[in-house]
Amino acid sequence: MDDGYLSQYLSLFDEFDVAAAFWVNIQLTFFAGVLALVGGTILAIMRISPVPSLRWAGSTYVTLLRNTPLTIIIVFCVLGLWGQLGITLSTNFQTNFFRLAVVGLAAYHAAFVCEALRSGVNTVPVGQAEAARAIGLGFWPAARLVILPQAFRGSIAPLGNVLIALTKNSTVAAAGSVAEASGLMRTMIEFRPDVSLAIFLTFAAGFTVIVVPIGLATTALSRRLAVAR
Amino acid sequence: MSDSVLFDAPGPRARRRMRWVNAVAAVAVAGIGAVVLVRLGAKGQLESQLWTPFLTGDAWTNFLLPGLRYTLRAAGISIVTAGIFGIVFGLGRLSASRAVRTVSGAVVEFFRAVPVLLMMIFFYLGLGHLHLVDPTDLPLVAVVLGLTLYNGSVFAELVRSGVHGLPRGQREAALAVGLRRSQSLRIVEVPQALIAMLPALASQLVVILKDTALGYIITYPDLLDAARRLGSANGNILQALLVAAGIFIVINYALTRFAGLLAGRVGRRTAGRARAEAPTLVVATRDS
Repeated sequence: MDDGYLSQYLSLFDEFDVAAAFWVNIQLTFFAGVLALVGGTILAIMRISPVPSLRWAGSTYVTLLRNTPLTIIIVFCVLGLWGQLGITLSTNFQTNFFRLAVVGLAAYHAAFVCEALRSGVNTVPVGQAEAARAIGLGFWPAARLVILPQAFRGSIAPLGNVLIALTKNSTVAAAGSVAEASGLMRTMIEFRPDVSLAIFLTFAAGFTVIVVPIGLATTALSRRLAVAR
Repeated sequence: MSDSVLFDAPGPRARRRMRWVNAVAAVAVAGIGAVVLVRLGAKGQLESQLWTPFLTGDAWTNFLLPGLRYTLRAAGISIVTAGIFGIVFGLGRLSASRAVRTVSGAVVEFFRAVPVLLMMIFFYLGLGHLHLVDPTDLPLVAVVLGLTLYNGSVFAELVRSGVHGLPRGQREAALAVGLRRSQSLRIVEVPQALIAMLPALASQLVVILKDTALGYIITYPDLLDAARRLGSANGNILQALLVAAGIFIVINYALTRFAGLLAGRVGRRTAGRARAEAPTLVVATRDS
């Protein structure tokens, strides 16, 4: 402790690339988010369709994935899919782990995207559909012009919450041997345990800086687009 | 039909068409399942010696049940401590003093924005460095602290939104019979808010139980860790993880159903609205 807490803390940044670690988390969030949005939309369509077998398949997927810990899913992707079944998504070792973690994150969050979209559909009062039919709109025009636009607006806030959860959950990729922020924090604290509080606060601030704007943006957007009823 | 907003009651022709579509979709879903099973079978993953270990008492008494006990212990302690944390900071956010309100608000928002895993790793390494905790208890303490701070903040938010969700008449009536603002909060509003939050609390138990599995990363010997050790001992890690996931799914599904049941039951005992879903993270823009 001779040359001061602050300078010890600052010297860490010469040795470790914190921004690069956060960039990995942002990439994990982005790719898993896109995949989860696609998968979740398909699941939501299945769950609101009038076909019983599709509804059953959709709700079974959601029940199973939503009740499984994300850590198990990520470990399953790495030790099960890759380790035991030999499924490789890239010849590069690091890229392979990254993609397996993306698959795990997407599979888990697709269930939550599905529920967010479905809750959006549920915000539309039945009277809207009845009015649409009363003025002579068929199924597709009613869905396209009346119901889905309102459902989409109603699901912005819950979708934002899923995105925030996904950002925070991207740290769980550490269980799948992906070098990301939580892993780097661990290395840095092990390297310099005397400044561990400052290191933790740095990473916590990093996540707050990512998460809070997402929350503010989706809250503002959902308020602006809210359907007046 | 549950989502009647999109579809009218089908007529005879639509019903006939639906039967066909339903059959085709059922075949497609079953087909996907069959392809997965055939691929697994081709890789030899359906061999009986990979699955029979889970039928022996040894796998359960030496691996899965001890692991489940550790998981439930961490979850059980965290529920109690998070409940205390939540009531303290929830009341703090409702306090008449602006300073107390601001500090509690900042604490709650901070711990909701930071990933639980970061907190666990920090406490695991930080407390280990300070030698404050017996090294054998260290993973448990780190898991409980991480879960308490995050879920306690969620509970605090539940208390606050529960009180805000009460009809205005409740407070007005309390003030009209001569109670002070703090008495009204303590005697009339918070008890009703707590009852209204019971179902959401049960839903949050699912989140706590799932998040105990994060302890695996900081060497807490939970169910996931037990399944991994069992799997590497028998060379069937895929099957072991599936069994562990199955145990989690059964417990969490029961908890979810219980929360839904509770929401129907407690509705009559409070002026607030009982919801089964846990509250979602809404970043505070306009506070209280």
